[in-house]
Amino acid sequence: MKLRGHIGGIGVLGPGLHNWPQAAAILSGKQSYAAEPTVLPIPSMLPPAERRRTGRVVKLALGVALEAAARADADPAQMPSVFSSSGGDGHICHEICQALALSTREVSPTRFANSVHNVAAGYWSIATGSMAESNVLCAFDASFVAGLLDAMTQIAVDRQAVLLVAYDTEYPPPLHAKRPIPDALGIAMVLTPERTATSIACIDVALTEECADRMSDPPLEALRSAIPAARALPLLRLLACGAAGRVVLDYLDVSRAAVQVQPCG
Amino acid sequence: MQPLLLAQFTATSCIGLGVAPTLASLAGLRSGLTRCDFETVKIDTHIGEVPGVDAQRLPAELRRFDCRNNRLAELALRQDGFLDALDAAAARWGRRRIGVFIGTSTAGIMQTELAYRARDPVSGALPADFEYGTTHNSFSVADFVRRRCGLEGPAVAASSACASSAKVFGTARRMIEAGLIDAALVGGTDSLCLTTLYGFHSLQLSSPAPCRPFDVARDGISIGEAAAFALLERASAEISGDSILLYGVGESSDAYHMSAPHPEGLGAKRAMQAALEQAALEPGDIDYINLHGTGTPSNDRSESQAVTSIFGPTTPCSSTKGATGHTLGAAGALEAVISALAIRHGMMPGGVQTIRIDPTLTAHYIKENRHAPLRRVLSNSFGFGGTNCSLIFGRAG
Repeated sequence: MKLRGHIGGIGVLGPGLHNWPQAAAILSGKQSYAAEPTVLPIPSMLPPAERRRTGRVVKLALGVALEAAARADADPAQMPSVFSSSGGDGHICHEICQALALSTREVSPTRFANSVHNVAAGYWSIATGSMAESNVLCAFDASFVAGLLDAMTQIAVDRQAVLLVAYDTEYPPPLHAKRPIPDALGIAMVLTPERTATSIACIDVALTEECADRMSDPPLEALRSAIPAARALPLLRLLACGAAGRVVLDYLDVSRAAVQVQPCG
Repeated sequence: MQPLLLAQFTATSCIGLGVAPTLASLAGLRSGLTRCDFETVKIDTHIGEVPGVDAQRLPAELRRFDCRNNRLAELALRQDGFLDALDAAAARWGRRRIGVFIGTSTAGIMQTELAYRARDPVSGALPADFEYGTTHNSFSVADFVRRRCGLEGPAVAASSACASSAKVFGTARRMIEAGLIDAALVGGTDSLCLTTLYGFHSLQLSSPAPCRPFDVARDGISIGEAAAFALLERASAEISGDSILLYGVGESSDAYHMSAPHPEGLGAKRAMQAALEQAALEPGDIDYINLHGTGTPSNDRSESQAVTSIFGPTTPCSSTKGATGHTLGAAGALEAVISALAIRHGMMPGGVQTIRIDPTLTAHYIKENRHAPLRRVLSNSFGFGGTNCSLIFGRAG
């Protein structure tokens, strides 16, 4: 069985990256890249009580997921999803570990509930009313391709559209010294088994031992290597250029993912 | 789906290291819950602690993975000839053709908890020997297991709170059906830590007494720890009738609340129905249900409603968490192994610790062991974030 799918809509947020059209202009060389802190949207689709409780991970993941679903003209409530992130909410983790290091050990119940790795998937389900399944993954630096493989096998086997959301946020000090992710970056895409009216490109994914492609622009290469979700940038660059081609994305120590891209003209 | 063979399985929890003592504890209606004296924790609660975890050592070349969570994984992998079975599978299928999918909720977060106690008083820096990626990060346990077992196929940690290690069976199914791999090492590992002990306590979800699922006086969970693994393969035509197969995986989301289940169990119901549909079974085909059954008032109420709405009031069901505690991200895999043991030995484990079954809960909860041939068993796992997963196992013949 071939791991083939169609990309029907993309969402992007990151340092100096505000949405897919603006990111595409940068990646295709039409605009120059200027790094600036990631600006995260307020998740207005959540009820006010829930909105107040959400941290940067949720804002980031919901932001890119919504953009991808809207561009794909897909109903978020009907789509299974794959959320893949290289770590949880570093700020919440820091606050809990700090509280546990004190003799009082008072852990905030809301923080604890929001410390789960599937926090973004949970809020996504609440925000969209989706009762479809959501798979929440972590493969450290390999998290983007781990999520892509899970989404691709879902559409290949179950023949239905899947929303893939890959996202990472920074860890505050002192954890930052041990896990130096500089800022928040998320990439979402709607993948469908068949071509649709909004399909951008058809992709075939296979494992390979080749080395991963790099970005030629040094600031973008720095981004690719600093944030696990940004390991997808070589793929996004090809999609932004609207060209057919093949890219190799970073994955595990023993394997990478080769993605063959054929634009939907 | 094409049923998948559980070629080998093992479980380590507070009721036993490996399947033989686990089965003996279930047969003897024994609980492994004890009053909490874990580390420096001062909470009036009970825990299911696995003996010997701290003394377990990792192979020298994997020393940087050393933490309580990976020690528990190592301890469990050494039981039941599991590592030998993996070697045989690797020889048969090839190392690149076996995936590794491990569920965990907190992995080795305790390593970070300890590091925060040892911060540099001036700079605030964490100790130099603390390594985040190989101990605390969710992937650390999956990465440890794949290296320990020498497997080189796709690998990932699933971390959907307490449904994590049920959902890895779904990932394995998709990967095998798509042809990316031929076999998968699936499982779950979650170890005791301060985050979950104090966290559930802050939510008032942990009981001072040993947890009493479905009891009229139930008042919360008892946190346990466990590691459980299974080797899943494509089932060949030559397998014996006694073999245990995975027949269905059903998944859903509640779309309701981060830390409370849907009051009528709508998400749970959807997951069980999806599992039945995938297995092409009717509700009447299920002989026993291993419940999520945490012992919180809200979980058991909503799960009972969901179960009854599909299966009616006669299908025997029980929770084994009164014996093992709630092993969080390892619960799905642990209870998958318990379901497989139930099928193999024709024994429905009674729910221990429960004294008086809540008369308002309509599901047919059993407190005593029952012996009968079991063809199909369903196992439920639900988690924070409103994530649900139901698995169906059964005999091949």
